[in-house]
Amino acid sequence: MIRYAIRRVALAIVVVAGVVILTFVIADLVPGDPAVAWAGPHASAAQLARARQHLGLDQPLPVRIGKYFGGILTGNWGTSIHTHQPVLSDIGTAAPATLELVVAALIIALVAGVPLGLAAARWPGTFLDHTIRVIAVLGVSMPIFWLALILQLVFAQRLRVLPVAGQYDPNLMFTHPLVTRTQMPVVDALLSGNWTVLGSSLRHLVLPAVVVAAYPVGVIARMTRAQVLDTLGETHVQMLRSLGFPERTVISRFAMKLAWNPVTAVLALVFAYSLVNSFLVESIFDWPGLGSYATASVETLDTPAIVGVTLFIGLVYVAANLVVDLVQAALDPRIRLQ
Amino acid sequence: MKLQIRDLRVLFGDHVAASVAALDVGVGEIVGLAGESGSGKSMTIQAVLGLAGTAGATVTGSIKLDGTELTGMSPAALRAVRGRRIAAIFQSPASAFNPVFRVGVIVTRALRLHGLSAAEARDRAAAAMRSVLLPPELLSRYPAQLSGGQLQRVAIALAIALRAEVLLADEPTSALDVTVQAEVLELLRELRDTRGMAILFVSHDLAVIAELCDRVAIMRSGQVIEQGRTQEVIAAPQQDYTRELLAAVPRLDG
Amino acid sequence: MSTLLARAPGVTAVRRAARANRLITAGALIVAVIVVVAVFAPLLAPYPADAGTATHPEIALQAPSMRHLFGTDQVGRDVFSRVLYGARISPVVAFFVLLIACAIGVPLGIAAGYFGGVTDEIIMRVTDVFLAFPALLLSLAFVAVLSPSLTSVTIAIAIAWWPWYTRLIRGQAASVAGRPYVEACRTLGIPHWRILLRHVLPNSMTPLIVQVSLDAGGVILTISALSFLGLGAQDPVPEWGLMVAEGENYFTTQWWLVTYPGLAILITALAFTLLGDGLRDTLDPRRLPVR
Repeated sequence: MIRYAIRRVALAIVVVAGVVILTFVIADLVPGDPAVAWAGPHASAAQLARARQHLGLDQPLPVRIGKYFGGILTGNWGTSIHTHQPVLSDIGTAAPATLELVVAALIIALVAGVPLGLAAARWPGTFLDHTIRVIAVLGVSMPIFWLALILQLVFAQRLRVLPVAGQYDPNLMFTHPLVTRTQMPVVDALLSGNWTVLGSSLRHLVLPAVVVAAYPVGVIARMTRAQVLDTLGETHVQMLRSLGFPERTVISRFAMKLAWNPVTAVLALVFAYSLVNSFLVESIFDWPGLGSYATASVETLDTPAIVGVTLFIGLVYVAANLVVDLVQAALDPRIRLQ
Repeated sequence: MKLQIRDLRVLFGDHVAASVAALDVGVGEIVGLAGESGSGKSMTIQAVLGLAGTAGATVTGSIKLDGTELTGMSPAALRAVRGRRIAAIFQSPASAFNPVFRVGVIVTRALRLHGLSAAEARDRAAAAMRSVLLPPELLSRYPAQLSGGQLQRVAIALAIALRAEVLLADEPTSALDVTVQAEVLELLRELRDTRGMAILFVSHDLAVIAELCDRVAIMRSGQVIEQGRTQEVIAAPQQDYTRELLAAVPRLDG
Repeated sequence: MSTLLARAPGVTAVRRAARANRLITAGALIVAVIVVVAVFAPLLAPYPADAGTATHPEIALQAPSMRHLFGTDQVGRDVFSRVLYGARISPVVAFFVLLIACAIGVPLGIAAGYFGGVTDEIIMRVTDVFLAFPALLLSLAFVAVLSPSLTSVTIAIAIAWWPWYTRLIRGQAASVAGRPYVEACRTLGIPHWRILLRHVLPNSMTPLIVQVSLDAGGVILTISALSFLGLGAQDPVPEWGLMVAEGENYFTTQWWLVTYPGLAILITALAFTLLGDGLRDTLDPRRLPVR
């Protein structure tokens, strides 16, 4: 297990280096001469040359990449053109809200998707199976931004059962002020026993989380169903049946353990996908996360911010994949026995 | 007569996968079910286990265990019989065990399913492992860490631990090396002699059947076409097909 | 044969084939409808000019009626016509995206799988780096730093997508390369390019076809998402995602601006996913990873 872990971590580091280089390439692609932007359109040739030197643009490429790397490692991810704050601190402020949203969505997706997939595999070919498959395929084909608008219209504006936007009722800031520690209202409210804010933040979380959960539910349900069905033809399932285990145990206890492996594998992908999907949803729900930050950066063409967010999510994804690989190796002995 | 099969028919729609007019397996007896692939041998085993339904087949006829009728039993009642009184071992031991569970977990879970306490299950499992000449420590291994022969012996140990009275063996040695095969066959003989198990041994390998079985039934295209004491059937086959099967067996002496 | 279900005379196989056929039929039917709509949009749309630069502010924001089946948008254009013309945008862009992605990804994958060794390592590491970013994010970043347009979107998504095919093809190529008859070809002195063309490529096509049709849905979702964010098609191009973005501010009262274009996206993505599912069930019994 240790050997496997070391191998995987080493690989992840290589990929991270590549990720940073790729974001450098993206940042470098910005059309226009930064020296002109810096010195102004009426600068003389001498001033441009000085500007170029000041910005380090006259350095050879490897040096520039090296400086970029160094900057990334020391936390200097550039300054946002729009907010005038360091990009890394902007990301730090915005990330918890998105994390709250995505984690909630994934919890919903697992709690809904796995049982749905199991049920479909247990009674294949039935009306239940077909219904579940249709739901799953709709989830996977759904334009998230459209679903967000529709659900917001139906539940928040027409039926008025759920709040329209925001993370929690802003009036509560005065009546039940929240002690912020993790920047995530749900967690903070739980930690400090602030039940009013907890209720409000959960209610605000429902719609966005359900929308973001649409794709993962589809993927997880489809994957679970497919994996369990595949296993059902195997000899070991016959053997378990021959030992007298009831069908529901054969599927939910034994076959499911085998299916967790590929489902876990897909979790990392689904996590990253959901992080990015949140971009499309956050501005609709006024959710103050990375998505709102990214869409605002796109509107103002705030390149350092865009590159920073891209790099951040790339790194998170590599980390998530690493975690999932290690968890898989722990769950499935065949992987680490290779 | 431990196991009595009469007029058994396994059907997929109109297609008859297996048809057994009469087949008996007595206490302390090994009966061979021989035939080529697709002759319906495995379907017969599935039918006796009451599992033919999961493959989408319908079963008619009579299967009696110690005089009790198994066909038509409620699923719950069948589950009490299956795995406790009737055990099965399969062709590919490597794929017969769920790869993400330690083999011991499956053994003890099965024993506990049939009423044993955790401690009793552990003890019986250990004792059974010793009867098949395997150290009980192997129970903590994953299937990938055991050889085919060892896995097959664990499967047999499981049948012993369950105190099964009938063992259905579906090509249990076909995937094993010849030397390992001999060990497994010896184990089966021991089960017959010392525990009086009724064993139904399915195989396409007539040489193994000739060596092991007391009686044999020949299957072809789903039908039992001939049966009797092994020596008699080999010495004086009634059917042409049986003759062909016998002729196809390679002999060391010429 | 060790499994019983496989022995049950073709029952499972037949069931699967029948089900797969229904999926393929359903998906292919809807795709055919979309193609027909795209090709004959000028004839089918009651107000073709509205898909272009025509505006009629005097009839803006009218509810669906007999004259305007899907209502009119904020500058009076017929939503129905624009939705129909939209079939010419996203699906066509998706086609080019997948074409470019395959053109880059397949040769790299074949090279990696067939030649192995250092080539394989380098290509796979590069692939890993690109795959470290979700497709929408990477294409978003590329388009944001270039100028937002459908062309940028096409290139950007293709750049994000090619690594998937490299990974897929590499596995296929590697397994084909290891087969005895390929070794035999090499000992006979047959040049590499011929082996690649006549043996490796055809054997890798099946999973590629399945993956491409499964991906078409995802690519269409990505295209409309980028347009929704303002990075893709620009007004007055009748791209469905753009139409949803334009209608967002009016949504609470004029729901038709958002509903119909979004529905079009959903149905199109659904069609390709169904088609891909059906193809996967018939062509390749070994399940491909579900994305």
